[in-house]
Amino acid sequence: MTDPAVVVRNISRKFGATEALTDISFDVSHGEIFGLVGPDGAGKTTLFRILTTLLIPDTGTATVLGLDVVRDLWAVRSRVGYMPGKFSLYGDLTVEENLTFFASVFGTTVEKGYQLIAPIYRQIEPFKERRADALSGGMKQKLALSCALVHRPDILFLDEPTTGVDAVSRREFWDQLGHLRESGLTVVVSTPYMDEAIRCDRVGLIQGGRLLEIDAPADIVRKYPLPLFAVTGNDRYRLLLALRKAPHAHSVYPFGSELHFTDDRANADLAMLSAELETYMKAQGFEDTTAHSIPAGIEDSFIEAITSRTPRAS
Amino acid sequence: MTQPATNEPAIAVKDLTRRFGDFTAVDNITFDVGAGEVFGFLGANGAGKTTAIKMLIGLLAPTSGSAHVAGLDVATQTEQIRRRIGYMSQKFSLYEDLTVLENIALYGGIYGLTSRLIAERSSTMLETLGLTNQLVGKLPLGWKQKLAFSVALLHEPAVIFLDEPTGGVDPITRRQFWELIYEAAAKGTTVFVTTHYMDEAEYCDRISIMVDGRIVTLGSPRQLKAQWKVDTIDELFVRLARAS
Repeated sequence: MTDPAVVVRNISRKFGATEALTDISFDVSHGEIFGLVGPDGAGKTTLFRILTTLLIPDTGTATVLGLDVVRDLWAVRSRVGYMPGKFSLYGDLTVEENLTFFASVFGTTVEKGYQLIAPIYRQIEPFKERRADALSGGMKQKLALSCALVHRPDILFLDEPTTGVDAVSRREFWDQLGHLRESGLTVVVSTPYMDEAIRCDRVGLIQGGRLLEIDAPADIVRKYPLPLFAVTGNDRYRLLLALRKAPHAHSVYPFGSELHFTDDRANADLAMLSAELETYMKAQGFEDTTAHSIPAGIEDSFIEAITSRTPRAS
Repeated sequence: MTQPATNEPAIAVKDLTRRFGDFTAVDNITFDVGAGEVFGFLGANGAGKTTAIKMLIGLLAPTSGSAHVAGLDVATQTEQIRRRIGYMSQKFSLYEDLTVLENIALYGGIYGLTSRLIAERSSTMLETLGLTNQLVGKLPLGWKQKLAFSVALLHEPAVIFLDEPTGGVDPITRRQFWELIYEAAAKGTTVFVTTHYMDEAEYCDRISIMVDGRIVTLGSPRQLKAQWKVDTIDELFVRLARAS
């Protein structure tokens, strides 16, 4: 296991005048869960299609398990499991027929792959006579994952497996990925949900076809460049507007029940800044507000990465 | 908790039930939403949210119980209701091969607005959003969603229904979208919203959580967190939805 499982070097791809991917480079190690985190339209699906040999890049190279994704496409395909977005299942085939079909396409049988898929497939096996169209979103997702695993691939590419799936099912899905990783599988997974980034060993933050940052989630948040405060108070919307006008406001965003305020003074004393912020809010007529220094989360880092790299595109 | 701005609730639901064969998708739900309130309607996939919303916007008849939206009965006054509500979802928003202005004109026409009013509101909308006129298909998703929201408000509805409006958009756009929601609510529009992002649940005045067709808890995020002794709505959601 000397070479990385995935090596991507300077990949670019255009569709007409649109640059879907611009100069993408990264590696994925064997047995790693690597996450591509970014919104719709960031280029995640284009990258997945290139790595699964379904699309040829304009420039750059990529290897998967040491095999070139353009030259060795057939060898790549037999060793890769791919779960596309929107779960490409055959709606008028039953659960069992879908699984059998995917096994036979790869020249194998459900029995041979059963051990690997069992923890996931057993949850939907009671419904094996049901047509795939009639399954709930969470069940479709489990079937699609089973189909991607049935030929026992060495690496899994999962394109937005949790989009449109509720918070509970999303957690369970990530638990499953953890188990698969323990069995030695490499997983490359994309998601628009920032909170899922912490379930990955490393993540690449992607936006507008460019990788903004690649690192372990803990290291990404540690690199947050400015002092960050959680502000609580009543009448949050007015508070938000008032905080944006604070003298040293770098950015202010709602985060759950709090507002996150970033101060533009990099190396200032945190206690002094939070006292200053509380004084400011009181002067603006907000009673019962508090501000305390907090470490950044992935979403704070993502927002900062977007705003600092692009000239305020949105 | 937000006090309703008028005496009459914007949405009044009583014992609302919908069955499909022997399956009860919505099971006897009762709640009110005050005018100008931002109400978060949460639940796992398959909990019955979509069925409930379809009844509230007059697309599906209740099996039993009643619901009034903007004072109108969803079972008998469906046409009037559609004129008094706005609707937007991630799946259905705008026509991609029409321009921004064409989309606005189309929706304005459907709602019977005069050409002068359409022209007025179009220019205000472009200015507020900072958009130029172009094919909607060329806009980034986040912009489409913000535009779709504004278009859904074009006829100044009393209540707007938002079905997962922020799915898949980046974290900045997601927050900008919520500022549009606050703005609309501050002007008195009642906002009824579903989301899979639990941090967004915290932005609502009140939320309900639906499990297997029933509303199992309802209140302001602060009340619910105190009542269930949890730190976040995410924690509460996982606990309630998984218990089923």
